[in-house]
Amino acid sequence: METIMAIVIGILFSIGTYLILSNQMLRIILGLSLISHAINLMIMVMGGLKTGGPPLLSESFQSFTDAIPQALILTAIVINFAVTAFLLVLSYRTYKKHGTDDMNQLRGNEHE
Amino acid sequence: MSFMHFIILLPFIAAIFIPFVYKKWNIHLHTGWFVIIVPLFIFINLLFQIPAISNGDTIFLSMKWIPSLGINFDIYLDGLALMFALIISGIGTLVVLYSIFYMAKEREALHNFYVYLLMFMGAMLGLVSSDNVLVLYTLWELTSVSSFLLIAYWYERKKSRSGALKSMIITVFGGLAMLAGLIMLAMITDTYSIREMIASVNLIIESPLFIPAMVLVLLGAFTKSAQFPFSIWLPDAMEAPTPVSAYLHSATMVKAGLYLLARMTPIFGGSAAWFWLVGGVGIITIFYGSIRAVRQTDLKALLAYSTISQLGLIMSLLGVGSAALYFNIGNAQEVYAVAIFAALFHLFNHSTFKGALFMVVGIIDHETGTRDIRRLGGLLTIMPVTFTIALIGSLSMAGLPPFNGFLSKEMFFTGMLHASEVNIFGLDGWTILFPIIAWIASVFTFIYCMILLLKPFLGKLQPEKLPKDNVHEAPFGMLVPPVILGSLVVLVFFFPNLLAEYILKPALVSVIPTVSTGNEVFEIHAWHGFDSIELWMTIGVIFFGLLLFFSIKKWNIAFRFFPDKLSLNNLYNATIENMEKQSASFTDRYMTGNIRHYLLYIFIFITVIMIGSLISFDAISFNFSSTGEISIYDIGILVVMVAAAMTTLLTKNRITAIVSLGAVGYLMVMLFVIFRAPDLALTQMVVETVTTVLFLLCFYHLPKLGKRLEKMKFKVTNLIISIGVGLTVTIMTLIASGHRLHVPITNFFENAYELAGAKNIVNAILVDFRGFDTMLEISVLLIAGVGVFTLIKLRPKGSENDEA
Repeated sequence: METIMAIVIGILFSIGTYLILSNQMLRIILGLSLISHAINLMIMVMGGLKTGGPPLLSESFQSFTDAIPQALILTAIVINFAVTAFLLVLSYRTYKKHGTDDMNQLRGNEHE
Repeated sequence: MSFMHFIILLPFIAAIFIPFVYKKWNIHLHTGWFVIIVPLFIFINLLFQIPAISNGDTIFLSMKWIPSLGINFDIYLDGLALMFALIISGIGTLVVLYSIFYMAKEREALHNFYVYLLMFMGAMLGLVSSDNVLVLYTLWELTSVSSFLLIAYWYERKKSRSGALKSMIITVFGGLAMLAGLIMLAMITDTYSIREMIASVNLIIESPLFIPAMVLVLLGAFTKSAQFPFSIWLPDAMEAPTPVSAYLHSATMVKAGLYLLARMTPIFGGSAAWFWLVGGVGIITIFYGSIRAVRQTDLKALLAYSTISQLGLIMSLLGVGSAALYFNIGNAQEVYAVAIFAALFHLFNHSTFKGALFMVVGIIDHETGTRDIRRLGGLLTIMPVTFTIALIGSLSMAGLPPFNGFLSKEMFFTGMLHASEVNIFGLDGWTILFPIIAWIASVFTFIYCMILLLKPFLGKLQPEKLPKDNVHEAPFGMLVPPVILGSLVVLVFFFPNLLAEYILKPALVSVIPTVSTGNEVFEIHAWHGFDSIELWMTIGVIFFGLLLFFSIKKWNIAFRFFPDKLSLNNLYNATIENMEKQSASFTDRYMTGNIRHYLLYIFIFITVIMIGSLISFDAISFNFSSTGEISIYDIGILVVMVAAAMTTLLTKNRITAIVSLGAVGYLMVMLFVIFRAPDLALTQMVVETVTTVLFLLCFYHLPKLGKRLEKMKFKVTNLIISIGVGLTVTIMTLIASGHRLHVPITNFFENAYELAGAKNIVNAILVDFRGFDTMLEISVLLIAGVGVFTLIKLRPKGSENDEA
C-alpha cells in the first residue's frame, strides 16, 4: 500500500508543480491545492497505514493507527483552506486592479 | 570583573544613562557636564597606575566572556597600553569640556552625540588594553562604527553622509583584512592572546603564513591610520563636529593603527618585509600628506592632510625602528630603538599640539562662521588667546623650539639618518631616500604650518566676507582645553625626560622587550651641538620653508599640471560606482520579478539537494514491506484520483478544472476513511465543500484558462522540473516510510482518557496536549479572514473606482 501511495503522491506532486509553474493565477492556486493534498497523504503514509482501528478509545479495538499524523493533517487542512481562500481573493483583486492574470506581466516595477 | 574592567567599561555603562539624563536635565544644564565625569574619573584612576607600570610591572586581569571559544576579555596593561589609555581619557576629558561650549544645548541632539562619543571612548580604551585579539578586533570595528555615527552626526548634510560612508567602507575593509590576519596568527600559535603569540614568535617566523598574516594586519593598520593610498577618507571625515575631529580623527582613533603596529612589532619586527612596508608606506604618506596640505583652503582639510602626514611620520619611525629587533641585544639595537622611542614621543606630542590646533580651528569656525582661509584674516587683534595657542601648536608642528615638536622632530631626523645606514634588509643604498624624503616633507610641513598660523590671523580683517558679524574672542570655557594642551606642549619641551621616564620608556619596553632603557640615547636633549646634522637639517627646513612660503604664488601653479582625474578620490568614486552597477546587473539577471523563476529556483534546489544528499550519504535503499494490504477499492479510488488530477491539468475549461479539483478533494475524504481517520474525513468534507464554493464564486471574475499560446521550451522546462519534483517526492516517501529509526510516541497519547478525559485521541491532541498550537492555527485562520475582508472591502483613498 505504501508503495502505491508513494507513486500517487509523486504524480499529484508533479501535476501540482506543473500547474504552479504556469503563468496563470488560477492555475497556480489549483496547483497549490493539489500539492497540499499530496503533502497530507505523505504525512499519512509516514505514520504507517491501516495499522489498527481508528484512534477512538472504545472496547472494539485493541490497537489504533498513529494519531499524531492525523492531528497534524487536521491542522494542515484548516491552514490550507485559509491560504487558498486568501490567494483566491488576492488574485481576484490583482486581476481587477491590473486587468491581467498573467504572472509575466505582474512583475512589479523597477524601484520596489 | 575587576575594578580595572569597570574603569574600561565605564563609558559604555555611562552611555546607557545619557539619554535619560539628557531628557531630564538638559534644559537646565548642558549634558556634557555629566559626561565629563566619566573620562576624568578614568584619567585620574589611570594616573595612579603610572608608578607601578613605570617600575616595569604589568597588570593582567582576566574576565570570562565566551569561555567556550577561548575568548576572554583580558586586560593587559603595560607601558604602551597605559600611554594610549592616558591619551584617550585625557584628551577625552578636554574634548568633552570643549564640546560643552561648542555644541549648543538648545539646537543639537546632544544625547546622540554623547552616546556615540562614550561608545567610542569605551571601545578605544578596550582596544588598547585588551590582550585577546578577537576582543581587540571587535572593539576595533566598534570604533569604526562610532566614527561613522559621529561623522554623520549632522546627517541632514549630504557631505556628512558620504564622508561617513567612505570612512566606514575603507576602515571596515581594513578591519576585515586584519581579522583574517589575526586569525592566521591564532592558527599558527593556537592562542588568541597577544602575549602568548609574542612568546611563541619563533613559530610565527617559520610559518609560511608569516607574510600573508603580516600584510593583512598591515592593511588594517594602514586603513585605520589613513596611510597612503587609504588616506582619502580622513579629509572627508572632517564633516564631523570639530570636537570629534580633534578627538577621533587626530588624537586617538587614527592612532589605533599605530598602536596595532607597535603592539605587533615584537612579532613581525626584524624582518625585511616589515621594515620596507611600514617604513616605506610611512615615508610616502608623510610626503603625500604634507604636499596636499599646502594646497588646501579649508582649515580643517589642511589639518586633515597634516594629520595624514604626521601619522605617516610616526609610521615610518615605527618601521625603521623595527630593525632593532633584528639585533638581539646591545648597542646596535639601541641605535634603531631610538626611532621607536621617537615614534612614541611624537605620537604623544602630536596628540597635544594637533588637538590644540583643531580646537583653534573650531573656535575660528564657531566665532566667524567660516574656515576658508581666503575669507579669514586679521584675527590677531580680536582673538589674542586663540592666536597664542595657534602659534604654539603650529610652531610645534613645524618643529621649532621651544616646543615639544622640535624635540621629536630632531629625533625623527636622527631615526631617519640611522635608517639610511641600514644594510641588513637588502636594497642597500635605497635607504638613503629616507632622510631625503623626510627632509623635503618637513619643508612642506613648515610651509603649511605657516599658512595655518599666518593666513587667518595676520593680514586684513574683511568683515564683509564673514558670515557672522561682531566677531570676538571665544568664551572662557572654550579656551581652557586648548590652553591646557598648549601649555603641555611647552612643558614637555622643558621637562621631556620626566615624560620619558614615566610614560615613554615603559611603552618602549612593550614594543622592544629586550631594550635597556637606561642607555643614554634615550635621554632627550634640545641641544646637540653645532656639529649635529639634525640641527642643520632643521635650519635648512626653516630657511627653505620661509623661502617657499613667501614665493608660494609662483610655484603653486605647478599643482595645476596634476590632473584631477588621476586623484585617488576619483579612483575611489569610480570603483564604488562600478561595483554598484556590476552587482545591480548581476542581481537583475536572476531577480527577474517573475514568480515562476523564483519557484523554479526553489524546485530545482529541492530536487538537487534532496537527491544529491541521498546519493552522497548512500541512502537510497527501499523497503517494500508494507503494513497495509491493498484492496480493489483502494486501487479504484487512487486511479480515479489521478485521473481527476490529470483533468485539472489538461482541461481548458475553468469549471471543469474546479470541479475535478473538488473531485480530488472528495476522494481524499474516502482515503481518509479507508486509513481509519474519521476526524480528517469530516473536516476534509466540510473544507472541500467550502473551498469549491469559493472557487466557483471567484472564477466568474477571473479570465478563462488556456487561451494563450505557450512556447514549447516553456512547457518542456516545466514538465522536466515537475517530473523531477514528483520523482524526488516519491523516492523520499518510499525511503522514509521504509526506515523507522524511532519508536512512535503515539502510545503516550493513547492514554488520552486518563490524561485528558477524552476518548477521541486526535481531538485530545488538538485541544488538550497541543492546545496552544491549535490556538495559533485559529489565529492564522483569523488573519487570513481579516485579509480576505480587507482585500474585498477596503479601498485606499484616491485609487480609481474599479468595483466589479
